[in-house]
Amino acid sequence: MTTADPPPSSSTYTPPPPFNTSTTPLIPIYQGAEAHLYKTTFLTPSTPAALKIRPSKPYRHPILDRRLTRARILQEARCLHKLVKEDVSVPAVLGLDWEFAVAADNEGNRNGNGGSWLVMEWIEGEVVRVILERWERYMKGLARESGSQEIPEGEAEKVRGLLRKIGAAVGSLHKAGVIHGDLTTSNLILRPFSPAAANAPEEEHSSPSMEGEIVMIDFGLASQSVQDEDRAVDLYVLERAFGSSHPRTEKFFEEVLVGYRESYKGAGPALKRLEDVRMRGRKRSMIG
Amino acid sequence: MIAIGLEGSANKLGVGIMLHPSDGSTPQVLANIRHTYVSPPGEGFLPKDTARHHRAWVVKLVKKALREAHISVADVDCICYTKGPGMGAPLQSVAVAARTLSLLWGKELIGVNHCVGRMLYAYYRKIRSLTLLDIEMGRLITGASNPVVLYVSGGNTQVIAYSSQRYRIFGETLDIAVGNCLDRFARTLHISNDPAPGYNIEQLAKKGKQLVDLPYTVKGMDCSMSGILAAIDGLAAQYGLNGEQKEDEEEHEITGEPVSNETLSTRKPTRADLCFSLQETVYSMLVEITERAMAHVGSKEVLIVGGVGCNERLQEMMGIMARDRGGSVHATDERFCIDNGIMIAQAGIMAYKTGFRTPFKESTCTQRFRTDDVFVQWRD
Repeated sequence: MTTADPPPSSSTYTPPPPFNTSTTPLIPIYQGAEAHLYKTTFLTPSTPAALKIRPSKPYRHPILDRRLTRARILQEARCLHKLVKEDVSVPAVLGLDWEFAVAADNEGNRNGNGGSWLVMEWIEGEVVRVILERWERYMKGLARESGSQEIPEGEAEKVRGLLRKIGAAVGSLHKAGVIHGDLTTSNLILRPFSPAAANAPEEEHSSPSMEGEIVMIDFGLASQSVQDEDRAVDLYVLERAFGSSHPRTEKFFEEVLVGYRESYKGAGPALKRLEDVRMRGRKRSMIG
Repeated sequence: MIAIGLEGSANKLGVGIMLHPSDGSTPQVLANIRHTYVSPPGEGFLPKDTARHHRAWVVKLVKKALREAHISVADVDCICYTKGPGMGAPLQSVAVAARTLSLLWGKELIGVNHCVGRMLYAYYRKIRSLTLLDIEMGRLITGASNPVVLYVSGGNTQVIAYSSQRYRIFGETLDIAVGNCLDRFARTLHISNDPAPGYNIEQLAKKGKQLVDLPYTVKGMDCSMSGILAAIDGLAAQYGLNGEQKEDEEEHEITGEPVSNETLSTRKPTRADLCFSLQETVYSMLVEITERAMAHVGSKEVLIVGGVGCNERLQEMMGIMARDRGGSVHATDERFCIDNGIMIAQAGIMAYKTGFRTPFKESTCTQRFRTDDVFVQWRD
């Protein structure tokens, strides 16, 4: 091959073996910053699975890229494995390859680092970001109709309940000694209690259902730690994610911390530390 | 409408004069001049010395700017100055200068947030070029002007996107800014501060080949730079590269031949290798957090602003990332990345038009002034 391989673009990207020969089609779910997520099946055609491919990043120095890709996929798998054992609601790991070959060149050589992949249990449900966005749209419509910015008590209570569940889920994670590292509302799935509810179509103009169990996903930046500092930073990242993506829910964030406090013994010191972390955030406004 | 902008939040003192014609035609830059306080190698700019520099130069620069703009004092409508964030003493010097001019000439004062000034300026420039494109192609381009902004300078490292009347900060450094990290490493190596330490690191890094292992510190959309600085300072000390360059220091031949991996992993790193490794590591982190913010808000465009945005390697890496996502990068060029008075005049004149004034009593300055504290009236 005389010319350099063009980096995989989102549209023409071909998955690595064995997924390129699988009879089940790969359904692209999401292209995140780091990974492409596909829906596929594992072992039997009726067992859905999530395939996460982390293509190598062409903008990074190859050595740095290899180091990061390998460390992150292994770290992710180890954390998930530990959490499944501790009965925390996260997807189970089914298999991985930390460095798959790039597509074969003209001589049939497969070299270099194409990236890594990880297959996990498929989680039904919607990410919390989508649910909250739908809710915020609904509230906006409601405010337009009634001319009042007031949030009805029933709606407020529903969101508080959801946020408390999120807090409890993060607490169970920290209790097991794992730090997520990238807690955003895109990385939390609300899994409905019954599979039937999952298939029921959501009506766009109604208030979304907030029934179900919170499952945390994307442990790409996770690490193992039981330090209050790390736990507090994890919560701070989540708090900031709420503030920047869901301005309307910002005032309810306190409920996440309420749910968190009740979830395990070490929560108190971690929350105390959170206050320090907030103060440390650079150039915090001096007036509130 | 004519505004004078005074900018002096760090070691550069800038004076800019901006004209917004009353008929609504394209605004014009009448003058844009600057003088930089350059500290000796191995030293940073201290607030005291920088403030002295600004006090000594501000009158000369304002006079020169007025001459260049071919206007008289009577033509000026308002005096805009940087209220913050920045270094206390230099900010004070500039605030005093602005107040003096305001009293002396009887003009309105406008205090401007440095970060918003800079973003607005870059944004405004882009709109103009898109508008030109529109005319050429004869059609309106819509929905393409909501980029994720990476703001990287000596005092700031933030990933910003616009939502609900505010620039929202999605990620930022948890400790020191990326420019500060690079500047301080330049100080460790006693690299010249002329024209700028970051520029000299970039030139040196072009000769580097060996990537040394440094911490890679990304937490969600935030990052941290202080540990990396400590690690690379430690490596410099370990290999005896800190302090002034020694006579006997081994410099590797720069040949066209690529060095083999074995040679690379066994030989002692050079100054160039350290600069190269530092750049590769911190810029990878910045591109990564920007990409994460893009994925989060669903934007395909990136706008890089701030002094570090001049770095060609950062622009190149960001370009590869954006292309893979089917988007593009807009980087402001060197003349506009660096602090200048024009951006303050531009932000100030926009605020002035909406009726905003800074009363004399409130014409203070503040070292802390968050980007998301500013209510944006001029955009919807």
